[in-house]
Amino acid sequence: MSESRVKIRAAGVSKTYISPGGESVLAIDGVDLEVRENEFLSIVGPSGCGKSTFLYLVAGVLEVTGGELVKDGAAIRGPGPDRGLVFQHFALFPWRTVMGNVCYGLEEQGLPRPERTGRARELIQRVGLKGFENVYPNQLSGGMKQRVALARTLAYDPEVLLMDEPFGALDAQTRLLMQEELLELWSERKKTVIFITHDVREAVYLSDRVAVMTARPGRIKRIVETRAPGSSAGREHVETQEFVEKVNEIWSLVRDEVVIS
Amino acid sequence: MVAGAGRSGHLVGERRSPAQVLFLGKYSPLAYMIAAWELATAAGLIPELLLPRFSDVMAAWARMMLSGELPEHALSSIWREAAGFSSSVVFGITVGIAMARFRVLRDLFEPLLRLLFPLPKSALIPILIVWLGIGHLSKIAVIFLGCILPVIVSSFNGARGVDRHLVWSALIMGTGKRKLLWRVIIPGALPDILSGTRLALAVSFVLLVGSEMLAGNTGLGFLTYFLSEAGDLAGMFAAIFTLTLLGFLADRLYLRFMRRILIWQREDQE
Repeated sequence: MSESRVKIRAAGVSKTYISPGGESVLAIDGVDLEVRENEFLSIVGPSGCGKSTFLYLVAGVLEVTGGELVKDGAAIRGPGPDRGLVFQHFALFPWRTVMGNVCYGLEEQGLPRPERTGRARELIQRVGLKGFENVYPNQLSGGMKQRVALARTLAYDPEVLLMDEPFGALDAQTRLLMQEELLELWSERKKTVIFITHDVREAVYLSDRVAVMTARPGRIKRIVETRAPGSSAGREHVETQEFVEKVNEIWSLVRDEVVIS
Repeated sequence: MVAGAGRSGHLVGERRSPAQVLFLGKYSPLAYMIAAWELATAAGLIPELLLPRFSDVMAAWARMMLSGELPEHALSSIWREAAGFSSSVVFGITVGIAMARFRVLRDLFEPLLRLLFPLPKSALIPILIVWLGIGHLSKIAVIFLGCILPVIVSSFNGARGVDRHLVWSALIMGTGKRKLLWRVIIPGALPDILSGTRLALAVSFVLLVGSEMLAGNTGLGFLTYFLSEAGDLAGMFAAIFTLTLLGFLADRLYLRFMRRILIWQREDQE
């Protein structure tokens, strides 16, 4: 794993935005981070530390105000389907059915209808929503909505999957289930994942590495290897002494920052 | 709570008959009120000079329908209403969304809109008559000016209120800046646009009748005023009855149209 090439590199990345009150706010300040190809990397940190801001910069929906942010050696300029983004509150198009949502990216790529419905149907089935193709999002539970959002993102097959607290709005049981399913999907089709979360256990369970951010303005405080290179991901690790130690180590790093902020 | 598969196609057909039953049930109190009206006037409790008998109103309505008097005035009103309302919707939506997207237009129009919003549009009727005459045009202009503001404001708010995460999702999936308008902004603004437009529909009838009463010699508003001056109260109520019917039908049709478009908002499509 440590041998693999760098997919995304942030060097001294900072972001200043203008608040609704007109003041300029420094959200993140000098983030240095290398994300390796096909790695699952989580970012944890206190609320408001700029974790999501960093993710939106990688997605290209916000612009970097300082430093360098690069994917595959080229500076990131604007959003694109090579970097899929999944939100905490799903961001499904409410006026489109499940099928319509999953097909959206494929429509934009100009795929002919039979092909896109075929591919969408496959993914909808894969996330366990077969039979719900013609239902509108407001009739689905939170977990189902997030499955649709995941299927919509996987449909256009991005190289990088950016996830902004995707399970943060779900109940505890659904959350555990979705974590398992995400790991399964990730091992089926390798992708580079950057995963934002508040939940240290979730981060340790899912990730190869966990980056801890400082309180605002956020920087990377420490990066912890959470999965030995080459070892498999799975629920069985959760009971091990090693897992518990990693969780405690990361939590104590986060706690110091929460106290500061 | 969660819907089963593939049944959105045949909802309308299934819903119709219970809805009709509900419709009759909901409006049945009207029958008692009409009966009370008829009895009170027939018994002489209310002098017929103030309130004609319901049966006389209906007789006058039938007579005026057959003579062609009501249809003629109604057609004239319907034409003004349709022209004024639909042009305000088309312009209003365009201006509102353009203001939401382009800062220059927002800065240009916002002070004007703020100033015009509290102005009762009926105050413009006299000057529009001076400018545009007593025919169709002045009435259409009054309706247009009165309706366009709620349409602009609701379209503007709707377009500005579209969740930025939806916009981001679309941009990421490859939607261009121009196509974004049709793919995300307009569908996202639609619930607001449609409720602002419904408000405009109600306003339009007020202005229609008001402008017809002030000048001209056609339209149901003119007819109502003319017959009341002439002392034909039964005829006047027949004209009012026709106006009520038109307003009611317009609103029902509009609601049906709105529900059909916003089918995705329904919690249960049962």
